[in-house]
Amino acid sequence: MADAIDKQAPTAAYSRYPDSFKRPPVLIKRTWLRWTLWTLAIIWFYFAVSSIEVNWVRVSEGLERGWRFIKGFLTPDFTTRWKDISAGLVESLTMTLTSTVAGVLLSIPIGIGGARNVAPKAVYYVCRSIIALSRSLQEIIIAILFVAMFGFGPFAGFLTLSFATIGFMAKLLAEDIEDIDESQTEAVKATGASWLQLINYAVQPQVMPRLIGLSLYRLDINFRESAVIGIVGAGGIGATLNTAIDRYEFDSAGAILLIIIFIVMLAEYSSGFVRKWVQ
Amino acid sequence: MSKNETTPVWQHRTTGKRLAIWFAWLLLVALCVFCWQVMTKDTIWAFVSDAPRQAADLGGRMFPPRWSYIDKLWVPLWDTLNIATLGTMLGIIVAIPIAFLAASNTTPSRYFVRPVALFIIVASRSINSLIWALLLVSIIGPGLLSGIIAIGLRSIGFVAKLLYEAIEETDILQIEAVTATGASRAQILNYGIVPQIMPAFYGISVFRWDINIRESTILGLVGAGGIGVQLQASLNTLAWPQVTMIFVVILGTVVISEWVSARVRHAII
Repeated sequence: MADAIDKQAPTAAYSRYPDSFKRPPVLIKRTWLRWTLWTLAIIWFYFAVSSIEVNWVRVSEGLERGWRFIKGFLTPDFTTRWKDISAGLVESLTMTLTSTVAGVLLSIPIGIGGARNVAPKAVYYVCRSIIALSRSLQEIIIAILFVAMFGFGPFAGFLTLSFATIGFMAKLLAEDIEDIDESQTEAVKATGASWLQLINYAVQPQVMPRLIGLSLYRLDINFRESAVIGIVGAGGIGATLNTAIDRYEFDSAGAILLIIIFIVMLAEYSSGFVRKWVQ
Repeated sequence: MSKNETTPVWQHRTTGKRLAIWFAWLLLVALCVFCWQVMTKDTIWAFVSDAPRQAADLGGRMFPPRWSYIDKLWVPLWDTLNIATLGTMLGIIVAIPIAFLAASNTTPSRYFVRPVALFIIVASRSINSLIWALLLVSIIGPGLLSGIIAIGLRSIGFVAKLLYEAIEETDILQIEAVTATGASRAQILNYGIVPQIMPAFYGISVFRWDINIRESTILGLVGAGGIGVQLQASLNTLAWPQVTMIFVVILGTVVISEWVSARVRHAII
């Protein structure tokens, strides 16, 4: 009997249940739009790829160099250039710490000024435009300008990183202040507190843990950036790395890269530890 | 009144803790002063005090920007956009398997494969794309290809890190439901995990593309193609009006890409 039913042609009621499942498209529901976009993407891809000019002779010559780099990375040479490496490292580390501290100190008033709920309108717009300016200019571009103004060396790097820190920290701090619990501000206001007391007793305790967390994160970013701005002459280990690669000393370059990776890892783990301790 | 004087004032922290905190701040200040002294040991302060004059001078040279120079910037700009986009694609393609190997709920081996994947992520993230470009230019020669690979290598860590965190946060119930239908491992991945991380994946990709547009504008400084090559050439010849023009173009591109990425992310999430 059961066999007989199975062998029957599926009735209308039976066929309403599909026996397979096809996931509907997630992003773009209209079929024609999806296909148009795909076609455009493929056309772009064709033109983009065909605009790459590759000198295959140079590449095949380079492969041997690439292999030497990998070997250099695996057998890093810390000793030959240690004087240059340590000098660059000291510059990078000192630059990182001083610029983070200076940048955070400067970004606190700007961040408070950029928060809609505690700052007057005029101050708000001024602070927001400083933040926007700092965020839209890249570190390298700022470094180029500061090196042109202040000359080569870590001082230009310090200024670059401090300026870049302002945009990052002040923006996040301002958003954080805008998100605070208003009932606490009202409670402090109700006691007749002045504006400074309001900031000190209602705002500061709420944003402090996050401020410290963000500063540590920025310390990490500033170290990574300090390894780059040396390429345009703003001091730090980037300059040493640039020289090492220019001279094809891949074992020294590998050593520098390993040091950078090690310090970044160290910063990441220790900042996680400190953040847990603060919060 | 007298009763009030004897009640201890409420304190948030114990005395020992407060002392420790003060000591930590003091240490930070001391360290900062020390670092400042080490850093500025070789600084020539005459140059620094001269800086406002230099800045004014530079400003005078940089303005007005040489608007006619923009005709020479369209091709490098197109190259820059291609470096960013192709590089992002390359990074994503490599990052997806690494993310699945790194997430603790999808990794085949928690004690061997996962640490390796995590090391790849940290290594890729800690080295800036400009440094990757520097290396690649010296290995495979200057040009777009170096830029694309540099952007790709830098993107791997970023995309894989955010993606593996999204994979670890997936809802286990949905995966169990798919498993209960007798699905294979690949089907569990396809129907249980992928739909859950898809919005995060699109968001991360667009975000990284936006960052990569910024980064690809300067890769040319070390010879890896794009508008940065023009920047380097103009800087070397001290053609400051051209430099300003390039800055304007870069700023415009960055603002537009940020707007596009914000719109797309808004539509997805």
